[in-house]
Order: sequence, then C-alpha cells, then structure tokens
Amino acid sequence: MNPKDSFLFGSIFIDAEKEKDMYDVVIIGAGVSGCAVARELSRYQVSVCVVDKCEDVCCGTSKANSAIVHAGFDAESGSLMAKLNVEGNAMMDALSKELDFPFRRNGSMVVCTSEDELDGLKVLYDRGVKNGVPNLKILNREEAHKMEPNLADDVCGALYAPTGGIVCPFNMTIALAENAFENGAEFKFDTEVTGIVKGDGSYTLKTGKGDIEARYVVNAAGVYADDFHNMVSAKKIHITPRRGDYCLLDHTAGTHVDKTVFALPTKYGKGVLVTPTIHGNLLVGPTAIDIEDKEGVNTTREGLDELTQRASLSVKNIPMRQVITSFAGLRAHEDGHEFIIGEVEDAKQFIDVAGIESPGLSSAPAIGVMVADLLRDLMHLEKKADFKATRKGILNPSELSLEERNKLIKENPAYGTIICRCEMVTEGEIIDSIRRPLGARSLDGIKRRTRAGMGRCQAGFCSPRSMEILERELSMKQEDITKAGGASKIVVGRTKEQ
Amino acid sequence: MKAYDIVIVGGGPAGLAAAASAKKAGIDSILILERDKELGGILNQCIHNGFGLHTFKEELTGPEYAGRFIDIVEDLKIEYMLNTMVMDISADKIVTAMNREDGMFQIKATTVILAMGCRERPRGALNIPGYRPAGIFSAGTAQRLVNMEGYMPGKEVVILGSGDIGLIMARRMTLEGAKVKVVAELMPYSGGLKRNIVQCLDDFGIPLKLSHTVVDIKGKERVEGITIAEVGKDGKPIPGTEEEYSCDTLLLSCGLIPENELSRGMGVEMSPITSGPIVNESLETNIPGVFACGNVLHVHDLVDYVSEEAGRAGENAAKFVKNGGKAATGESVEIIATEGARYTVPKTINIDRMDDLLTVRFRVGAVFKDSFISVYYNDERVLHRKKNVMAPGEMEQIILQKKELAAYNGLKTITVKIEKE
Repeated sequence: MNPKDSFLFGSIFIDAEKEKDMYDVVIIGAGVSGCAVARELSRYQVSVCVVDKCEDVCCGTSKANSAIVHAGFDAESGSLMAKLNVEGNAMMDALSKELDFPFRRNGSMVVCTSEDELDGLKVLYDRGVKNGVPNLKILNREEAHKMEPNLADDVCGALYAPTGGIVCPFNMTIALAENAFENGAEFKFDTEVTGIVKGDGSYTLKTGKGDIEARYVVNAAGVYADDFHNMVSAKKIHITPRRGDYCLLDHTAGTHVDKTVFALPTKYGKGVLVTPTIHGNLLVGPTAIDIEDKEGVNTTREGLDELTQRASLSVKNIPMRQVITSFAGLRAHEDGHEFIIGEVEDAKQFIDVAGIESPGLSSAPAIGVMVADLLRDLMHLEKKADFKATRKGILNPSELSLEERNKLIKENPAYGTIICRCEMVTEGEIIDSIRRPLGARSLDGIKRRTRAGMGRCQAGFCSPRSMEILERELSMKQEDITKAGGASKIVVGRTKEQ
Repeated sequence: MKAYDIVIVGGGPAGLAAAASAKKAGIDSILILERDKELGGILNQCIHNGFGLHTFKEELTGPEYAGRFIDIVEDLKIEYMLNTMVMDISADKIVTAMNREDGMFQIKATTVILAMGCRERPRGALNIPGYRPAGIFSAGTAQRLVNMEGYMPGKEVVILGSGDIGLIMARRMTLEGAKVKVVAELMPYSGGLKRNIVQCLDDFGIPLKLSHTVVDIKGKERVEGITIAEVGKDGKPIPGTEEEYSCDTLLLSCGLIPENELSRGMGVEMSPITSGPIVNESLETNIPGVFACGNVLHVHDLVDYVSEEAGRAGENAAKFVKNGGKAATGESVEIIATEGARYTVPKTINIDRMDDLLTVRFRVGAVFKDSFISVYYNDERVLHRKKNVMAPGEMEQIILQKKELAAYNGLKTITVKIEKE
C-alpha cells in the first residue's frame, strides 16, 4: 500500500479492527504548533495522531498571519515567549533546509517617527539583548533611511535586527506534517473534537467520527485551546480571538521594502507592519481587534481603511492599488499574554500548548522540541532507529536550469503545462501536491502547497483547470470539489438541470 | 535558436487578425503562440450573439466570430502553437516559451506583436470586506464554468459591477434557471454597453442599482448573503442604506486589466491610465519592432474594433520587417487627452509614417450629455462634433487625415477634449 492509500483508508481499517481508535498521544489541532509537536514526537517509539476539524493542515491561525520569523526582542524578558522565540528563530535555518520550506533572513526594523519615541527603541534594544537576540543595532535617521529608502520621511530612528526573517507558513506547517506522517504519525481531518472525558489513565475524545482514546492529549487547538483546557481543568483559562486584517499586494510591489518594517509596538500588539513575503509579494497588516466569534475571519471596511492609514506612518508611497487580496486571521490571545505550555496541574497527561499568538510561528520549532522532550520524560520514550529527518518539498521548476527543466518535462510532460499563469505553476506541481502524503483535496489545499490561485488574478483563470485535475486525480465529481472542505463547494450542479 | 519575422503572443481575436494581415502584407515567417488548447481566446466562451456587425455585417456568436478568423489563419497556412505559454520576452526580442512536447525553448523574433488580452479585476483588488467563502467568482470565470465546462456556479446570484461580461452573465444565469437578484454598480453610470443593459437586464426584469456597492459578504463556507449599500459622491457607503440579499453566489464584473506582465518584463513603457503600452501611430511601443493590439493595449467594448486595430498592427509589423528592422526616424506629434478625454490610442503620431486616415480611439471619464468632441491642432480647434451621450463604457473615436496634418505648419500637439459648447 502506498502512503497515499494508507492516509485515505487508514482510519477505516483501524475502525474495522478495534472498537475505538487508541493512541499514545493525540494532538488536537493541525496548525503549526500541533504539526511541530507531531514531527518532534515522531522521532520516538510512540503512536501519535493529529486530529483537526478542518479538511487539511494549516487551516486556522497558521494560514493567516504575518508570515514572519521574529528576532525575539519583543517578548518580556524571562518569559516563555521570549525564550522559545529566540530558540525557534535560531533553529529556522537548519529546519528549513531539512524540511525544504522557504525561509529567508531579510532582517527587521522597528521604526519610530518622533524623537520622544527613541527611548522606546532603547527599551526594545535592551530587552532584545537580555533575551539573547544577536547583533541588534539602533540606527539613526540617516542610517535607517539608507537601509530602507521607502521609510516614511518622519522616521527618525530604528532598531535593526538582522536575524528577523520571512517564511512560508503554509509550507512550513505542511512540511512538518508530511515529515511527521512519513515517520508514522497519523492525521485525521474533518474530525472535530466535541468533548473530552477523563478516564483511568487515559482520555476519551468525543468526535463527530467516533471516540478516540489517548493516553496523553496535546491541546494545540489555537483559538479553541481554552475550550479544551476547560473541559479537563478546574483552573480555567480564557482565550480571546484577536482579529488581524491584512492586505496582500502583487509581486510588482514586492520590493517596496526589503526588511520587515514594524512600527513601535502598542498595547494592542506589534503595530501594522509592512514586509516582503518569501514569495515576493508585499504584505501590510495586521489590525488588532478583539472579537467573540472564533471563526470570525471576516475583514471589515474599517479594518482595511485603518491598515492603509497606519501603514503609511512607517512606509511611504505603498502602492495600495496593487492589492490583490485581503484576509483576516485570529491570534489566540490568552489573558496573561504568555504561552501556556506544559502538563495541566489538575489534569495529568493533558498537555497544553495554548495561548500561542505571535511570536508563535517563530517559536514553533522550539515548541515542538519542548513538548516532545516533556512527553519523552513523562512517557519514558525511546528514539526510533529509522527516523527520517528530511523531507523534500514540491519541486519548483523555476529554480531549475533550462536543461534540467527540459529533462524534467521530457520525463513528465505535466511540468510543461502552466496551469496558474500568475504564479507560473505547472500541472506537474499541482499533481504532486495532490499525490504526496497528506495531499491537497481542495482548491485552497492546492493553493497553499503550490501557490496556484495565489496570484494577481486570484484563481480566475486556473480554478476551472485545477478542478479538472482534482476531479481526475481523486476521482471526484466536480460538484463535490470544495474551496476549503465542508460546505464550500465551488459549483452547485450541471447546467440544464434546473 | 529558431527565428521568425513576426512572433505573435496570443491567439485570440487580436493575435489572429494581426497574423492574417501580416501574412497578406507579404510576410511568411509568422508564429502565433497560444497558451490555451485552441485558438480564439476569450471568444470561445462568449456564446451569445452580437459579434461581427462591423466586420462581417452580420450577427455572430463569439465562437463563430473566432471561427471566421481561425479559418483565415488556417487558409493562409500561418504557423501556430497551442498549449504554449510564453514565459519571458527579452528586450532584444528573444521569446522564451514552454509546452509539454517541446519543453522550454527560445525563439528569435524580428518583431513581436503583443496580443495577450486582459484579465478580470479580482475581489481582493476591490477591497470588499467580509468573509472569503466559496461562491465568489469573476463574471468571466463563471462564464467559462457555465458555457464551456457545463457547471452552474450557483442558483441565487448578486452581481457587482455592470461591465459587459457581468451583464451578459446576468442573462445567461437567468436563462440557465438561476435567479439574478440585483446588479449593483459603484459608479453613477453603467460600465457596459447600453444595448447590453437593455437586452440582458431590462428584458429580464433584473434591477440595476447605480451608485451601490457590496459592503459585506456573509457565509463562512459558501456565500449565504450579500449586503449592498448606496455610495455617496465620495464613493463611500452611506450608513442606513444597507439592503441584504440572500444568495449563494456573487459575480464580479468590475473592470478588466490588460495582461502586461510580459510587456513590463521586456521594458515596454506603460500608460498608467489604460494599463497598456504607450504606442505610436503604428501601434508600436517604445521598443522598436514591438507592437501591441487588442485588449492588452486598451480594453475594448467591441471585438470588431479589436480586429481592425490588430489588422493595422499586423500590417505595421510587416512594414517593419520589410524595412529591414530599422527603427522609425523623424519627429512625432503628441496627442494630449484632457478635459473629459482620459487617454488616446495612439499617443503619438509620426506624420511620415501614418496611414492616410488614422483612427484614434479614446474613452471619456464620466457621462457627458449634449457635449462636443473637440480636436485642436496646437491652439486651433479643427473639429467640434456633437454627441448626445458619451459614457465611459463606450469607446469613442476620431479620424485624422495625413494630408491635413502634413499641411499644418508648425504642428506640435493635437489635443482631444470634451466641451459643453
């Protein structure tokens, strides 16, 4: 059986063999934290299952954020946030190579626009040094403008952190998940955990697809982590979904800045940033709006207007006419504004990975190791002999030489057909994204893995073609193809049926 | 490396007409590169009629109109490659393209005719707030799904924007059994042709709400409802005017953007108004031997004009080849579009090189009633033509005579403007 089959049919076989699924560790949430934990745990001789209510990995906070790797000067010194941010940042080069996802240290700048804020930069600098952030430097007006010519004219100083970076959050999460899967971790999608019952030495997770039993539970459920924590613990926690609206600009605007440019932080977060993305777009965002609805990822006119206005305070002449899409993501803001990672005091064998808001993406590699170490010690885990640390990403033909590319097309002509004209994605890449372990099953799944549909026409041209490929590869009917799982069907039926 | 006298990027109406006229002008070495699996471009999904009244003096459907030109290209034995994507064109006209059979390959071109057409403005570029569920389509994508793939994008539809494709799709969706509830248009006038408003909306009782826009999209997985509101003179929604429509589909027909990534890549100078190349009387860009025509140059309302314009581009490319690929010399006169006229194509005229009669096309920036199209040579008004109505959705044109321009002493500029009297 090839890996794809076992992924598709694995749970059916398990269902047939025993009354309910049983694992040593069940991780709730297939975001970047959950997948990082799964990947690190898959080094050990332990059965691991990741469950998620969505149809794919990377469907919540991990897919809608600033896509940056923070240097680590922002979090309070001595906090877990600070520690894991700096550690995670340092791990990123090696991890991105090992798992083949795009990452670049473009450096970041925090800019201030009035002389009385210069003290604020010094505070950040001192905190950064204390947190262990290397090579920080305070720049005066001239140095700042020289480094980043499109800074707003008012910018009078900046903190420069050369270790700041940009990453593809989709590919990072997918890479962690694929590698975990290759090393034996199971994944159950479209599986919403609706209740947790504490048993004798284990937990029973109630899901829409039957019960799952787990000796240990890792609660990496993002904005829902408080719900799961509060099911098992008397010491309640509370997470506020803090919405951030973003605008993404076309490649034509991608070099407007080279560094990630932050405004000095306010009590509502790190302020609106302007950054290139790893794929050459320009990203402006986020706002910070506390809401109630944990699925409330709708942008608002006020939010988008605010972005434009606030971004122009730190970077001038942002070509907002080049916006190709806007989106919103939710930060899982815990009341104490600190990562909550560890075994719950009054619920043994239940491990929280909660309150993972910014710098969560940056910290994810370190979170994975921390939780895996914790479980290793609690469960006395032994390493696997055959752990495979590397994973190969979807081949990007544009990185090949002409000769290599032609050889590839000769072997597999699908690499000679462009499906997404804006991002120049070939049919070969899309087929790979579907066939690989934990492959894409929806248009958004293809988009996050290959960038098809991510460009300036926003899938206008390629979506009918991608649908044809999904239809063929997964033997689906077009009527059943979704944008992102669930009820998000693209077409409602054949013509002439109505 | 293979070499051709003329490489045409795009096998839609513009590319086909350019190829045919270049061949008739005596050039044999012509290659059309088409990214889709057949020639004809966007016409293939335009199954409604109304094409060809000017060109063929009869009413054809889009595929029929394309078919006529495809037949001509076949009869003339003009070479073309399908399923072939042009990846890059260098400033010295080396065209890099790719397909399944030949892999990635390069062609040396003496002239290049840019005929890539345009794309639709997506939702993101409109900054419409709300969720991002399935069920939001650009009108052209929906048109492809219905007319070519045979699938219905939805059953209850709201349309934002009154561009021609949106109007056509309002009718198409209605005929296919869907309920089109409203067409909202941000501007105080329609972006489409008057005849389409009558034939596609009025005839089916579909309301058109001018000065309205979408202010919210409801539904997390699939569209469940759309809120529209009236906009004030500043283009901002007026609180209290919101109306909710329950629907499963939002179609967007909010403008077309010439697809000029290749042009920009090779260093072609662009007009910020048309988003297309700036061209001279020969439809030639700032790069000698690189021509542009059709919707990649400026968005047209009628394919007949595309064919006519592209025919001229083909003839001029042929002339360039016959002249041994030499760049034009001599002084040019600039055409200034102002006071209501937004732009002109062409932008400059080299009188020595122009045809005896030269069509200059332009669009107005607002609705003008009982006004005049005026043309000035330097400061002297030489044309003053009354029009009952002019609107941004309908392209205007004037025709300049070579002998008149040549006889005018000291001609520096030609100005096109709209005047009340």
